[in-house]
Parts: sequence; C-alpha cells; structure tokens
Amino acid sequence: MMENAYVKLQDLTVGYHGKPLIRDICTEIQKGEIVTLIGPNGAGKSTILKSITRQIKTLGGNVSIADERIDAMENAILARKMAVVLTERMKTELMTCRDVVETGRYPYTGRLGILTKKDKEIVDEAMEAVHVRELENQSFQAISDGQRQRIMLARAICQEPEVLILDEPTSYLDIHYKLELLSMLRKLAKEKKITVVMSLHEIDLAQKISDKILCVRGDRIFCYGEPEEVFKEEVIRELYGLDNGSYDPCFGSVELPRPEGEPRVFVISACGTGIPVYRKLQKENIPFAAGILYRNDVDYHVAKRLAAKVIEEEPFCSIRDEAYQEAKATIDSCQYVINAGVTIGEGNRRIAELLHAAKKSGKICEWKEGSGGWKAE
Amino acid sequence: MEKRKNKPVRMEEMRRRIRYLLVFSGLLAAFCVIIVLNINTGNVHISVSEILNILFGQAKQDANYSIIWKIRLPRVLMAALLGGALSLSGFLLQTFFANPIAGPFVLGISSGAKMVVALTMIVFLKYFSRVSSYTLIIAAFIGSLIATGFILLMSRKINHMATLLVAGIMIGYICSAVTDFVVTFAEDSDIVNLHGWSQGSFSGMSWSNVKVAFVLIAVTVVITFLYSKPIGAYQLGEAYARSAGVNIRVFRVLLILLSSMLSGCVTAFAGPVSFVGIAVPFLVKRMLNTARPLIVIPGTFLGGAVFCMGCDLIARMAFAPLELNISTVTSIFGAPVVIFMMLHRQKGRE
Repeated sequence: MMENAYVKLQDLTVGYHGKPLIRDICTEIQKGEIVTLIGPNGAGKSTILKSITRQIKTLGGNVSIADERIDAMENAILARKMAVVLTERMKTELMTCRDVVETGRYPYTGRLGILTKKDKEIVDEAMEAVHVRELENQSFQAISDGQRQRIMLARAICQEPEVLILDEPTSYLDIHYKLELLSMLRKLAKEKKITVVMSLHEIDLAQKISDKILCVRGDRIFCYGEPEEVFKEEVIRELYGLDNGSYDPCFGSVELPRPEGEPRVFVISACGTGIPVYRKLQKENIPFAAGILYRNDVDYHVAKRLAAKVIEEEPFCSIRDEAYQEAKATIDSCQYVINAGVTIGEGNRRIAELLHAAKKSGKICEWKEGSGGWKAE
Repeated sequence: MEKRKNKPVRMEEMRRRIRYLLVFSGLLAAFCVIIVLNINTGNVHISVSEILNILFGQAKQDANYSIIWKIRLPRVLMAALLGGALSLSGFLLQTFFANPIAGPFVLGISSGAKMVVALTMIVFLKYFSRVSSYTLIIAAFIGSLIATGFILLMSRKINHMATLLVAGIMIGYICSAVTDFVVTFAEDSDIVNLHGWSQGSFSGMSWSNVKVAFVLIAVTVVITFLYSKPIGAYQLGEAYARSAGVNIRVFRVLLILLSSMLSGCVTAFAGPVSFVGIAVPFLVKRMLNTARPLIVIPGTFLGGAVFCMGCDLIARMAFAPLELNISTVTSIFGAPVVIFMMLHRQKGRE
C-alpha cells in the first residue's frame, strides 16, 4: 500500500538573488525516510536545503509538510516541525555543550526561555541518544569536531522535529564518527519516524544509508530514486563528470584510473589475494593483466577497473582452452608474472600449468605482503 | 540509577546559581560602596552619617544639603544609569556582530551620535537660543542609527570582522573630524559647552536629566531583558536562530534600535565614553562564566554602573580640583582589558 507523501517539493525553484539555480524540483518523501542529495560541488545541494529550511526565499513552487505549505507557516510552528544541522562552524563564547543543546528547546519555552523540568528531561534524553551526556559541562569550544557535530545533532533532536535537515553532516568527521553519525540518523528515521533530508559528499555512504537519492546537477534534478536505481556506473559517471577513474556500484567504491598501455606484468590470484598487488601496480603506474579469474571472484571486480586486460572464466567451470591459451599468450608478452596466491583445485588445475610454465621461463615473482616488493626474485 | 545520572547536572546547576548569586551580591555591594564614596568625597567631605541624615532624615537645607541633592546625587545616579546603558549597548552589538570587540565607541556609533548632537546644538542655540535634552537625545539616537546603518551596509560587503572594526574606527574618525570642524566655527559662547561635552563628562547633571535618562533607559533595558530568549538563540548564529523560530528580520532591526537608543542616550547626556561597552561585558561574562542573556543582561548593566561610577570618582578626585575627562579614566582601565581579551582569544585559538 502506498502511503501518502509526508514532505512534498512541488515545482520548487531555488536560487540566490532571484536567479534560479535549480528549477522544478518535484519530490515526494514518505515519513521516516532518509533522502540524500548527492552531486558535484556547487551543484546547489545546499541551496535546496536552505530553501527547504526557509533560510533563503524560494523562487517558485513550494514545500509542504503533511500537506501544509511551509511558506505560510508561522516561524514557531515550523520550528517545532523542522530542525537543522549545518556545516558552518560556530563561534560560541562561554557556552557549555549543554547550553548549546538547550537552545533546541527554544520553540517550546516561554517568553524568557526558561526550561521546565520536562524540557530538561528532553535535553537529557537527546544527549543520551547521541552519547554526549558526559560532555555536557564542557565548553563547546573545547571539544572535537566529531563531538561538536553530535552536540548539534542532540540540539536538533531535542527540538523534537518531524523533519531533520542536515547539510553535509559528515564533513570534518573521521570515518569512525561518520559511521556513528549516520547510524544515529538511521535509528532516528526508523524508530522515531523522523524524515531525514541531507546532503552527503561520500557517495558510498549515501548508497548505504539512504532510502532515496536525489541527484543534483545542472539546473534540474538529474535523477531521483532508490539507491539501486541511482547507483549505476553510467549515472554516477555522468553526475560527477567522471572521466578519470571509475565507480563500482557493487561496492560503492571509486577507483583511480587504470595504468594504460600493453600489460607488462601478469598477476595470478584468486579470492582477493590479487587486490593489493593490483593497487601497488596501479600506484607504480605499471599496466598489467590479471587472470585467469572467475567472474564471481572479488579480484575480478577490481581487476575489471584496474587491469589493462582481464582473462576471465565462467564461475564453477573448469578452465577452458580459449582462456588458457589467451593467458599463455599474455604471459609470453609480459616481463613478469606475479603469483599473489591461488589455491589450485579441480576446476582451475590449468592455473598450476601456467605457473609452472612461468617458473620455467624465469618470469615468476612471489608477492610478499607488507614488504611492498614484488620484484623479490 | 536514574537519580545518579542526573546528579552531575543538578550539581552543576547549583554551582552556577551560587556563582551568579556571589557575583550579583558582589556587584551590588560594590554599587552601594561606590555610591557612598561618590557622595561623600569631593572638595567638601561629607560624612556617611550626615549623608544618611540629608537623604533620609530632616536635615536643614545648608550648603552640604545642596551639594548632595543638586550636584553629587544626580551626577552619581547619571553615571550609574549611563554606564549601565553603555555596557548593555556593547553587549547587544557584540551579539549582533558575533564579535567581542564590537562596541558603540569602537564601531564609531558614539562618534556618529556626537556629530549629530553637535550639529543640533549649534543650530538650535543659534536659532532658538536653547536646546532641550529631548532634542539632544533624538539627535544622538539618529546619529547612532546613521552610524550603525553605515556599519551594517559595510558588513554586507565585508565579512571579515577585523576589517569591519577598521571601518568602524574610520567612521568614528570622520564623524569626529566633522564635529571638530563645526565646533571650530561655533559661537564662542557655545564652544566651552560643546568642547567639554564632546570630551565626555558626567558633570553638570540636573534632576530633569536624570528623570529623562531613567525613563528612557529603564524602558529600553526592560525590553532588552524581555528579548533575552531570541538574543540567546542568536548567539549560535543567524541560521540556527532562524530554524529555532526567531523572526530574524524583526529581531535584527530591534537589536539595532535598542543598542542605538542606549548608546544615543549616553552620548546625548555625557558625550562619547570609550571602552566601557567592550570591557564591562567581557569582564562580567567572565565573572559569571556564562553568556546566557537572561543573566548577562542585568549583570552587564550593574557592572557598567559600578565601573562608570568608579571611573567618575577617579575622574573627579585624581587631580582635584582639576577634573579629568571620563573617557580618559575609562580608557586607562578599559583598554588593558581589551588588549588582554585579544591576547586571550589568540591563545584560545591555538
């Protein structure tokens, strides 16, 4: 059953000083969904978020929450529905972390902003939810960026919003804090049914956390959909204009461009043993061939993006003549053969033959992990 | 378990409250002592018992009676009122510009007020041969607004705080130059008046001055206090304040009006007074160890009152019977605080 959309952007046009930057954004977001905006720098992700939060005026169309247009909403009403976490660093003076979190109760307190017992409990809960309770009496200036971001999230949580907007919440954070922050958001979205709209630079993380992805490029929305629809190599390539390097939708990872040219080294590997060798060769800018790899081997996926040539075989089959002959010919044209480690079984017995032949011709090198050296012999 | 978790906060809150209490009682005590000192010292020494008798008893209306009622009491009350107003105006500007070195004097707002007041004085004295304090206050208020308007226009173009301060100082110099220029061409009889006033002084305050200043400043301070909530939200920056529900446009205009009213009032009565607006909020915030407007607004006002009464006492007494400009004394005490503050900030950043 299709739920009614909770947050709607209808023909929204956004921009600065009356100049439209992105036109006709139409998006429907369900309650409790995480929607992530991705796109190149300067594409207008922040502009869209600023328009949704009414930091800047929209130039057309409208945004509504539960069928209520936000441009008609009173400040205090909107503040109870929508909270923000922004990128900009703040200069606070003599404020403890708790003071900062407490400002989130603003829409609920009276004239002088004095917190009631209930407000204080909500602040306690918010700080506990993001594990910053022990920081509460510390100066906001004295804590790390990761902690600061969590404090700002606690502040947003105690605003008890239905919609949470975050502008690049993971910038300045190391990978540990990134994962922690995103899993907190996931929890908020699923447990408290808070709708999360944010922008992220890390497309791998965006793929893993989001229910929907909004790609921003040019003056229109480039595409909108579930991560499975969006994270395809062609889409990402075009969205970010990737002409150097490549994107792997399988792992959500990006790779630098492969070394071009005739392969000079042949790498024999299986089950992931080849990946460090590929990376090393790529860094040395040595074109290489990889084989014989079954298509379900993890090495195969990486080799596809890094090797000048990949000799492949159908999974679970014995190696056939064509592949064997091709590998042999390639080895003959290469200077070295690296054995990164391969288990020989029934199906790939012919790899042993390849290794044997390479040894005889004196081309074989052993790969020693950690030594960084593959010219060992 | 729940109780133990909550304990540190309660402790911290207690500690904070005790601190506020101590600071406020300290300031109040200082306030009382300095008022008494201000009244009993001078060319004529009047003992405390006599003061009490004159103020609250039925003393005969002798010379001392007039000295207290006509000269010293209005003067000290005015110093307290204007000092408080000036400090609070500084606090508002610091919040507005998110810069602890902002203040009415540094940003040229006092000088703007001074210029318009000087022009008004000359014009009114020439054509009407008298000028009421209301006129002067309005003139000072307009002058403050004009100067603040300039600063605001520039702050749109310049994002860098240091540059903005330089702009403010330049505006100050330009306004002072214009003031000096018109003073040079003023009637001889006005010059003495104008010159004394444009250097800043709390002398020659009448009860009607005190009444007008009291009403205006009291109203402004009460309004400011009622706006502590949005001021607090604004301390996290405009974007967060807006997301919390503050109507930023209205709030910004209001903040400017309030701070201009306060600094305009001071300039109209006492001329420009330097450094109070920066030094006092800084010191008071450190003492209270908080930036919560609900606490800092009354604290700053009280602190400014004590500071200015103290400085006025020194201005009167240091080289008696010669009297110093009030700015001379406030600079001597205020400027080092500002220098310390800048060094301290630099250290904090590393």
